[in-house]
Amino acid sequence: MPRLVSHPDEVKVLSRRFGQGAAEIDKYIELDGYKAVQKAIESGPEWVINEMKASGLRGRGGAGFPTGMKWSFVPKQSEKPKYVLVNGDESEPGTCKDHIIFLHDPHAVIEGTMIAGLAIGAKMGFIYLRGEYRYLLKIVEKAVADAYAKGILGKNIFGKEGLDFDIVTQTGAGAYEVGEESALMESLEGKRGVPRIKPPFPAVVGLYGGPTVINNAETIASAPHILLMGGEAYAKLGSERNGGTRLFGISGHVERPGVYELPMGYSLRKAIFEVAGGIKDGKKLKAVVPGGSSCPVLKADEIDVGLDFDQMAKAGTMLGSGGIVVLDESVSIVEFALRTINFYQHESCGWCIPCREGTDWLKKTMTRFHAGGGSKKDIDNMQYLAENMLGRTFCPLGDAAAMPMIGFYKKFRSEFEDYVAGARVENPLIEIKPIGEPALIGAAH
Amino acid sequence: MAAVENTLFSPQTAARFDKLVTLYPIKRSALVPMLLYAQDEVGYVSDEVVAEIAKRLDLLELDVRNVLSYYSMLRTKPAGKYNVQVCTNISCMLRGGYELLDHCKSTLGIGHKGVTADGMFSLEEVECIGACCWAPAVQVNYDFHDDLTPAKLDAVLETYREGRGTDVH
Ligand SMILES: Cc1cc2nc3c(=O)[nH]c(=O)nc-3n(C[C@H](O)[C@H](O)[C@H](O)COP(=O)(O)O)c2cc1C
Ligand code: SF4
Ligand code: FES
Repeated sequence: MPRLVSHPDEVKVLSRRFGQGAAEIDKYIELDGYKAVQKAIESGPEWVINEMKASGLRGRGGAGFPTGMKWSFVPKQSEKPKYVLVNGDESEPGTCKDHIIFLHDPHAVIEGTMIAGLAIGAKMGFIYLRGEYRYLLKIVEKAVADAYAKGILGKNIFGKEGLDFDIVTQTGAGAYEVGEESALMESLEGKRGVPRIKPPFPAVVGLYGGPTVINNAETIASAPHILLMGGEAYAKLGSERNGGTRLFGISGHVERPGVYELPMGYSLRKAIFEVAGGIKDGKKLKAVVPGGSSCPVLKADEIDVGLDFDQMAKAGTMLGSGGIVVLDESVSIVEFALRTINFYQHESCGWCIPCREGTDWLKKTMTRFHAGGGSKKDIDNMQYLAENMLGRTFCPLGDAAAMPMIGFYKKFRSEFEDYVAGARVENPLIEIKPIGEPALIGAAH
Repeated sequence: MAAVENTLFSPQTAARFDKLVTLYPIKRSALVPMLLYAQDEVGYVSDEVVAEIAKRLDLLELDVRNVLSYYSMLRTKPAGKYNVQVCTNISCMLRGGYELLDHCKSTLGIGHKGVTADGMFSLEEVECIGACCWAPAVQVNYDFHDDLTPAKLDAVLETYREGRGTDVH
């Protein structure tokens, strides 16, 4: 069972009900639950969208798109039904924040879904959880059933004639790519998780062809808090153009790994050295992957940067999903890079060539390189290959694979060069196939 | 409408399927969950499962297989009674995920996707399972076990061996 952690620097907005039994509907209601949605019903969609815009909330799924703006893009009139889709596919390596939201505060996700529905004029919402999260799906399913039993979901909600809202939960069955918004819609329509061409964007043509708002589970769970405290007050908690707080998962070589709620813009250095207790066993910091595995690596001397979308972009990386992965001095970047590309190669849906072939070649070359069959030319080739994947793929998974690899080649080039010169990982974690195996065929010297 | 004749599933699962197809604007949306729930019961997605689900959703078997082959949790061959899934992705790798995998390989005597001779355990190396902050993490069927060491994992596997392991469905 995930441990809850705590630190004095945390600002608990989203996490304030964690550990208090708020998965039970009565407890949730006692802790101000379902007040925000009633306020939204009284004040109307325009008020909701204005508060969301004022909050400066930016999507917690990875790209950081302003949520209020996203909601305002949905056309008011539509022949087809509109939908709210909650993305709980959470599969970006290093990310486990939605996990504890579903575990500790599932009603916040339900309430947020209803608020988004009111804002855009939808009567139905879907909460999609990755297939591995079965125990969490059960918790969410129970929460949904309890909300129906109390008249909070269903027909004439809160006793208001003609006001209906339904929520259906859904499970995936293992696929990172399904986290991409249009692939998620395909999956929910019972198909392979192959992304759709854009435009049209989901706000216009989404699920079942209807206008759809898709948001990450944390984004959605933030909405009730924003409406309760007011958009402006929420915005003030964070940094410029980055409203509020966020759940940061700090994992890897730190003393106290865990999910912490910190204000946007909080120092990455302090997050690692104070909040998470510093590097495990007194070792030295080597590198940080700051927002899930697709974000370019930062070196130990590059961590004096604020944790928000803009400051991270300025530092040449991304805030991504907020999953901060910390590497100590013992880590071989060559091996870490190999593990990273193995993941993306495995998860590429194969639809477009730069991603399918690019991840495959990177994996093959990295495997050979890791085994000791690499040359200097390989380093250049791999970097060149990754750079040429950028922006040339059908969906952002291709970029998500290429960007971290480029980061490793650029920032830790000397380590790759040492490898060519004969250096090796002392205790390789990833199995090395003997020279002569397919992994090494084509090794050029 | 008369439901499709149930020849494979328990009455509970059949009832669940009857309900599932009514939940969504289109029936086909029930496909992925149905495949997964069917697998939970039958152990894998057999040819018979494919045929019955296709019938229930008015799809071609080909449509069903097409979807089946996409999702990594769905399998067309039986696994062990307890499928041990060891995450070796980055956060787990840094905290001993590979050590756990190697430990499982040697104590269970099987490799990736292998099944023990008695059918009790199967082993899988998996990608991130969303427990990175509690790494290294392992899932046995749907149960999460985190912050593991080889010794702790041995104790966990022992509970399953003795039939005391919980098993969420
Ligand atoms: C390959 C890929 C995987 C993704 N996985 C997830 C995911 O697991 N969860 C998520 O919320 N967003 C994921 N996203 C981002 C979504 O496409 C989408 O931008 C997000 O759900 C929008 O919600 P937000 O605006 O609240 O961030 C992924 C994107 C890509 C390209
Ligand atoms: S970029 Fe990769 S995952 Fe995305 S459509 Fe192309 S092959 Fe599929
Ligand atoms: S990396 Fe192992 S659970 Fe995320």
